[in-house]
Amino acid sequence: MKPIISLSPHVHGGDSVQKNMYGVCIALVPALIASLYFFGLGSAIVLATSVAACVFFEWAITRFILGRERLTICDGSAVLTGLLLGFNLPSNLPIWIIIIGALAAIGIGKLTFGGLGCNPFNPALVGRVFLLISFPVQMTSWPLSGQMGYVDAETGATPLALMKLAIKEGDTSYLDQLPSAFDMLVGQTGGSLGEVSALCLLIGCCFMLWKKIITWHIPVSILATVFVLAGIFHLIDPSYANPVQVILSGGLMLGACFMATDYVTSPMTARGQLIYGCAIGVLTVLIRDFGSYPEGMSFAILIMNGFTPLINTYVKPKRFGEVKK
Amino acid sequence: MNVILIAVIVLGAIGLVSALILYLAAKKFAVHEDERIGKVAEVLPQANCGGCGFPGCSGFAGACVKAADKGSLEGLLCPVGGQPVMEKVADILGMKAEASAPKVAVVRCNGTCESRPRIAEFDGAQSCRVQQMLGSGETACAYGCLGCGDCVAACQFDAIHMNPETGLPEVDDEKCTACGACSKACPRGVIEIRLKGLKNRRVVVLCNNKDKGAVTRKACSVGCIACQKCVKVCKFEAITVEGNLAYIDAEKCKLCRKCEDECPQNAIQAFNFPPRKPKAEAPAAEKPAAPAAAKPAAPAAEKSAANETIVPAGSSTGNVEPAKEQ
Amino acid sequence: MKTFHIGGVHPAENKLSAASPIRTAAIPKQAVFSMFQHIGAPAVPVVKKGDEVKVGTLLGEAGKGLSVPVFSSVSGKVSKVDAVLDSSGTRRMAVVVDVEGDEWLETIDRSDKLVTFKDLGTITAEEVVNRIKAAGIVGMGGATFPTGVKLMPPPGTKAEAIIVNAVECEPYLTADHRLMLEKPEQILVGIQLIKHAVNCPKAYIGIEMNKPDAIKLLTDLLKEKASQYPGIEVVPLKVKYPQGGEKQLIDAVIGRQVPAPPALPINVGAIVQNVGTVYAIYEAVTKNKPLIERIITVTGKSVAQPSNFLARIGTPMQQLIDEAGGLPADTGKIIGGGPMMGRALISLEVPVTKGSSGLLLMTEKESRRGEVSPCIRCAKCVGACPMGLEPYLLAAQARIKDWDGCEKNDVTSCIECGSCAFTCPSNRPLLDNIRIAKQTVMGIIKARHMEAIGKK
Repeated sequence: MKPIISLSPHVHGGDSVQKNMYGVCIALVPALIASLYFFGLGSAIVLATSVAACVFFEWAITRFILGRERLTICDGSAVLTGLLLGFNLPSNLPIWIIIIGALAAIGIGKLTFGGLGCNPFNPALVGRVFLLISFPVQMTSWPLSGQMGYVDAETGATPLALMKLAIKEGDTSYLDQLPSAFDMLVGQTGGSLGEVSALCLLIGCCFMLWKKIITWHIPVSILATVFVLAGIFHLIDPSYANPVQVILSGGLMLGACFMATDYVTSPMTARGQLIYGCAIGVLTVLIRDFGSYPEGMSFAILIMNGFTPLINTYVKPKRFGEVKK
Repeated sequence: MNVILIAVIVLGAIGLVSALILYLAAKKFAVHEDERIGKVAEVLPQANCGGCGFPGCSGFAGACVKAADKGSLEGLLCPVGGQPVMEKVADILGMKAEASAPKVAVVRCNGTCESRPRIAEFDGAQSCRVQQMLGSGETACAYGCLGCGDCVAACQFDAIHMNPETGLPEVDDEKCTACGACSKACPRGVIEIRLKGLKNRRVVVLCNNKDKGAVTRKACSVGCIACQKCVKVCKFEAITVEGNLAYIDAEKCKLCRKCEDECPQNAIQAFNFPPRKPKAEAPAAEKPAAPAAAKPAAPAAEKSAANETIVPAGSSTGNVEPAKEQ
Repeated sequence: MKTFHIGGVHPAENKLSAASPIRTAAIPKQAVFSMFQHIGAPAVPVVKKGDEVKVGTLLGEAGKGLSVPVFSSVSGKVSKVDAVLDSSGTRRMAVVVDVEGDEWLETIDRSDKLVTFKDLGTITAEEVVNRIKAAGIVGMGGATFPTGVKLMPPPGTKAEAIIVNAVECEPYLTADHRLMLEKPEQILVGIQLIKHAVNCPKAYIGIEMNKPDAIKLLTDLLKEKASQYPGIEVVPLKVKYPQGGEKQLIDAVIGRQVPAPPALPINVGAIVQNVGTVYAIYEAVTKNKPLIERIITVTGKSVAQPSNFLARIGTPMQQLIDEAGGLPADTGKIIGGGPMMGRALISLEVPVTKGSSGLLLMTEKESRRGEVSPCIRCAKCVGACPMGLEPYLLAAQARIKDWDGCEKNDVTSCIECGSCAFTCPSNRPLLDNIRIAKQTVMGIIKARHMEAIGKK
């Protein structure tokens, strides 16, 4: 017998990249079902295209451009990027635009930097923002929930657009047109196909917390900051929407639970994650209320992705036995 | 008119104030650098390769000036520029250049997969230093090459490579600058920076095992067992046995190759000699260990013959001079 | 429920041998006594080939500085004094004894009778420490730090709490657990002796909740004989690795954190002793018995009878495996100690030493590490590190040889518990690389220190 020798530890916890990636995918299932329920065929087509295109580009680019032998499509990260990208798109987006988005997400957002683990920005958000800037019309005409078809769906104003109008005109009557908080929680509202049902996203988030895929720091700090800040604005001037509706609207829940918590692009320490989360919350509210776009979540996350290395450098975990100076 | 005048005055004032601040800052925060450092850096190749062991050429220049202040440039060598550059550096610093004979890295282990059986299997980070922490590692020899290639990773000149067949690193004499990075990287000190020798010819004990003979023999079929035979046969007192390991002093060795024939373990090998005449094979055949020993010897001879033909005339004549001085 | 406050992981416990009582292992035919069974300077052999020795005969006296003596655990004839393969994987100086009979030195009390603290009469603290030193006792949890030294707090410090480490947080190992169940009173007397030696009124026994029988036994005993064993308290702890680490245990039991090296536990007023060490102290002081035996767990998923042995030090591992049902055919890795911090052995010839807490045979399948993939920066290692370090960063800096960076990020605080590599989803050999960095940085710091001394 030739014994195997290695340094300790000799056992492993059994965690793996696949487990984490597919764990997040499973956490997205409730929201996926909700989107199928509310947007029907359109949602199915957009998601399938997005996932397939992301996996294809991941395989093609690593194989033929980077010339790597190692197959990375099995680790689940491309599937996850595809799912998250799809969740961020309107359910009536033409297929060719989705494919361009997938190319931007995987090609520019991820593999340019060396693949999984090296990308400074969240690939799905890179794809989404790329599309948002390139195809503003298609990307911002959201079909109303309950439209089962893919083409010619009726579009309408989303809660975020109404909130924006209310601030612009200083007229609170726009806010009265907002769907009720319950409808927004369940998903009876317009928006990108994966972001409408805050409840399903929260269920997914709890699943990830239970499976220890993520820690509470980022989602809680984002939601709390947004709630407090939006609450202050609302108290000062009622033309700002009330904080409950702010939290339930748009991509906030999706961003806080699934996009900002992306391993690669979020800070490594608990303290750093709290700073990162609070900053995202502040930026989101500022962009929503004072920026030219109605939605600020993606930009806020991308901006803070850029600050992650800085946070990692300066925010260290509390060392054992550290003496406060 | 008035507007122009005001603009000129304001801008002029700003300019003056800024100039004053800059001037004061320059005075206050001036870093006094030895001007010799700049001069030395000028004669260096400016390749910033780091082969000297310092961060870039200016780092090396700084180290040279510091060393010169202490009185000697010993141990400092720009592997790219070599002796001519070091002479220039010495000139600037008013020192004499150390006449250093050309050197080369030599891997003092011949424990191939065949001659040194693996008794365990290493699993972990591919690093010799990690394996070193596990005691003797994959083989029973606690002194020989670990085969994970820390030396290869350390080499800046692409001069050392692992041979997948033997599991040992091989040095490319042509590319090796004797910078010593591999030697420092090796946790077991297997790699020696050794005189290149006349026409690149060397006789080396290819073993680093300091265990007793019986233990060594168990671990490796070509390990030095400190039998002292080579010491006895050497007429030039070039060989010493210390801590159960023979060592050939390259400065004293006259390349007669008698020790090579005498070694029962075939641990002593000669490099870059022309192929041997048949006569030399005869005494080796008499030894009981010959059948096993002859096997590795044959390819080695072939290899050295091949090297001989590849070596360009220029470089070998260049090597002759310092060797003659001895 | 108390536990330490930073990081930690939960490896599968696999305490296969928890229910098997301690068996006395057979006396070996040949015993090997390494001179390197402790941290510090090696012992110096005082016997030569051909010498007759008895059980308890001094084989090696303590070397200069930090060191302890080594005693024979068998009787017979010294067959050689030479470098022998030991658990470090290299050949180091050892005394090999060919066993003949089982003759003990008369000074050793071999009876099983419990000697209480009262029976010892007026023994001085100094005398206790001297007997511990003379018996060659070292930390038996695996660190093998000379116990006598630990019991002499440096000037300016005072022991405020003795903490008995009965955590046994390593998976598989059950030696300490069994010892507590079978020798509870002896352990309590041992604790009294330590309290007496360092003049400390309070002692805690830290036990993880996965040993409820031991917690109950000791708690009941302390309640029943409260007047006999004053100032001793059992502290049940939440199961979490590496609770048995000295610093983690102090944090868990008395809530104080030992600062970064060079600070020692005694700087926060704590002295930690393994429960096995406490038993050895009892035997040394009351029975005049040097450290010649220890409890060792022989276990593994394919081992026929996972057992706890009372084995003579110097017994070859092979013999213990034979007694536990032989070497399983699918063995892939032989580990001296537990799976989290133990050493992989290259041979079964190596002897039991003072620090051998276990022998674990892992199957071929369990032995291999998974395929390494790129770091996904999930920060799980940061969350798992009980010292509050950033393993991903240290490992990366070690790979690019940024030793300054490693030092700034406190690599020297690493306790090498392996939680980072255990938890890494990418199977990265984090601890392998961190060890290189730690070793190098310690070397750099030492060189700097020497230079500073040289300048003075």
